[in-house]
Amino acid sequence: MANNTPAANDENDVLLEMRNLRIDGMRDDQWHEIVKGIDLTLHRGEVLGLIGESGAGKSTLGIAAMGYVKPGCRFSGGSITFDGIDMLTASEDKKQALRGMRIAYVAQSAAASFNPAHKLIDQFAEIPVQHHKSNKADAYADAKDLYGKLMLPDPEHIGFRYPHQVSGGQLQRAMTAMGMSCRPDLIIFDEPTTALDVTTQVEVLVTMKDIVEKFNTAAIYITHDLAVVAQMADRIMVLRHGELVEEAPTRIMLTNPKQDYTKSLWAVRSFRKTPTPPSTDITPIISVQHVTAAYGMLDILHDISFDLHRGKTVSVVGESGSGKSTTARVITGLLPPRLGQVLFQGKALPPDYRNRSKDQLRQVQMIYQMADTAINPRQRIRDIIGRPLAFYLGLDSKQVEARTRELLDMIELNPNQFIDRFPSELSGGQKQRVCIARALAAEPTCIICDEVTSALDQLVAEGILRLLDRLQRELNLAYMFITHDLATVEAISDEVVVMFKGKIVEQGTKHDIFSPPYPEYTEKLLSSVPQMDPNWMKNLVAQRGPIR
Amino acid sequence: MTTNSSPKLQVEFTEPPLPARPGKFKVAMRELWRSPFSAKLGILIVLAYIFVAIFAPWLTPYGESEIVGGPFELWGEKYPLGTDNLGRDMLTRLLYGARNTIGIALITTLLAFFIGGITGILAAILGGWADQIMSRIVDVLMAIPSLIFSLLLLTIFGTSIPVLIIIIAVLDSTRVFRLARAVSLNVVVMDYVEAARLRGEGLGWITLREVLPNIMPPLVAEFGLRFCFVFLTIAGLSFLGLGIQPPTADWGSMVRDNATLISYGDITPLLPAGAIALLTVGVNFIVDWFLQKTSGLKDGQ
Repeated sequence: MANNTPAANDENDVLLEMRNLRIDGMRDDQWHEIVKGIDLTLHRGEVLGLIGESGAGKSTLGIAAMGYVKPGCRFSGGSITFDGIDMLTASEDKKQALRGMRIAYVAQSAAASFNPAHKLIDQFAEIPVQHHKSNKADAYADAKDLYGKLMLPDPEHIGFRYPHQVSGGQLQRAMTAMGMSCRPDLIIFDEPTTALDVTTQVEVLVTMKDIVEKFNTAAIYITHDLAVVAQMADRIMVLRHGELVEEAPTRIMLTNPKQDYTKSLWAVRSFRKTPTPPSTDITPIISVQHVTAAYGMLDILHDISFDLHRGKTVSVVGESGSGKSTTARVITGLLPPRLGQVLFQGKALPPDYRNRSKDQLRQVQMIYQMADTAINPRQRIRDIIGRPLAFYLGLDSKQVEARTRELLDMIELNPNQFIDRFPSELSGGQKQRVCIARALAAEPTCIICDEVTSALDQLVAEGILRLLDRLQRELNLAYMFITHDLATVEAISDEVVVMFKGKIVEQGTKHDIFSPPYPEYTEKLLSSVPQMDPNWMKNLVAQRGPIR
Repeated sequence: MTTNSSPKLQVEFTEPPLPARPGKFKVAMRELWRSPFSAKLGILIVLAYIFVAIFAPWLTPYGESEIVGGPFELWGEKYPLGTDNLGRDMLTRLLYGARNTIGIALITTLLAFFIGGITGILAAILGGWADQIMSRIVDVLMAIPSLIFSLLLLTIFGTSIPVLIIIIAVLDSTRVFRLARAVSLNVVVMDYVEAARLRGEGLGWITLREVLPNIMPPLVAEFGLRFCFVFLTIAGLSFLGLGIQPPTADWGSMVRDNATLISYGDITPLLPAGAIALLTVGVNFIVDWFLQKTSGLKDGQ
């Protein structure tokens, strides 16, 4: 993006304009304003980044550009003009003709957006053929051309596969190709890389940016990841609670944010754990020794060994499928290993959790990635946190109540306000805090954190990391931290284990891992983490060569 | 934590506190008030039946099996709906019939849900061999037409009310088992069930506290439907003479006993059948409404 916003100065070249747009959403049988008077201008060929936490209204705003609101929402004021057409008063037929043809939408989960029963290329051809823009043969040829431009392997034939036969990153690129099928004037990317690994994310980003530039398409890029938006957008709008916080060209926004909220967003990745002196105890809390584990006949883990010490955090990193979570399942006893053993304070743990004593189970607690599914939606917070207290420690109901309140205080939630709520009345971050409290209630010595922050917004995730760090220092806990996010690893760990295809490729202290020389895989992993520098992606591409 | 100027905390706490939770009763009343006409009608019908079932002895001057006049008397002042084949008051029999038929159907359905629900959830939690064995037994039971099977069992064990209840409950619990197992399978893969297992919780806790509350909505909806089917089965068996035995008043046997009147253009024997039909419709109205509420589908979506 050497030449920032080429079209921004040309007032006649406005493609999309929103004036004082207001959108209401239905909640608890009442209308609440979720977009509160936003002005947005998009020029031809410009890429606009919309950024904010969940609930900021960025997706609502993105799909509003198509003159559409989700069920349960309504337009309540303002105007949307797309290339001279008033999208709020236009008939449904007219809007339908625009969608897909002149405005395209690329959703977060390509896997959920493709019809699994049709081939990729048939789904590509559907829109141009239906709108009589081209016939099937031309659409096929065009699809192959676009697949090539998006660096998909074997562009001639990949379209004849079904969605489940290609990888997640390839599917997201195929989705982008589908969006481009009618050469739209505007393409809306709604968190297109959030569900992907860092290494895959880079490939998708590079090709998306490339194709948008090639066809001079205007784009709205919605994300909560600042580093990603820095690569993609010419201009950034920061949203919060349905209001505009700040708007500026990317470079100015990155170097000189004006509002406090924007600064706090920018500062998120600055959290670092205070280094602790090396552990003095000789016996590790948990010692994983030469573990090989298999699902059925297939070995998933190969000869894994590492130690967890009190007060220390070991991060296990790797892309999906590398065996990180399987390692956790071996330690908790859900998956007895085929070879090797797990020692707890020097004594071997029974391989199957059903054979472990109550006390052994109590010592190792687990926090899950999806707080939504990790706490029972039909139980109140007091029951969720109180159960381990009654179960493990045998407290009576009065003691349970008192201790539950203490724990809520510890996780920075007001006991009076939260103790009687159901999980559905909590935000994502609050739910994750409840999961932490439940783990703490058992008074464990070791907690396994499985991707605990990856489903959360960055600000909320940062809060969770700070909380975990504080608890570790106060309670001298050992953490095993499973993640694919290297920023998190850098923030929280003492030691790092890098896994790839079920094997440990590198392990050592954080300092050792994050300083050269790197083994090949670690190098790739590290260099794939998006940086705030807008030139980062360009440099990376120059370094690595074309992506396949 | 280097400096504790975490902006995050402010972010999460600026959210206003939730308004005080209205009481359960108030919520229920509000829901009821807003319910569609069909649901209100259904509730009204069911309430009327319950009223009649409870207060039957006070609503009529005659006894349940008291012979008060000649057989097949016409509708008139003394006997509003005439008398039956033995000279018993038809209206009285109809009111007492509500008591017997509904009461027995309710007990049978509850028993069927107790057996089927518990075993279904257990099959989902345990999986493996336990699941295989239970599911195959249920398959075998379901493979035999239930009416024929119950007729067979009733002739073997005799036709007393407890036997009737147990046989119908066991045969019906197979359907409940299927449903409970299917919906539980979606719940047992949740992380909170895994968390409970890793905590070392026993089967009882996982079944009743972790899984059951999460499968209640489909089970309650099914309860309404099952109740109707059980009710119809009992009426059907009584019609065939193997259900509730005389002189106990029962709608199914009332239809049979007075069926001959139909040939003379008298609609009296259709009244018990109509009572059955009306209750079935009423219960289904309520079930429909409940399903719509719990499945999260609102009108127009």
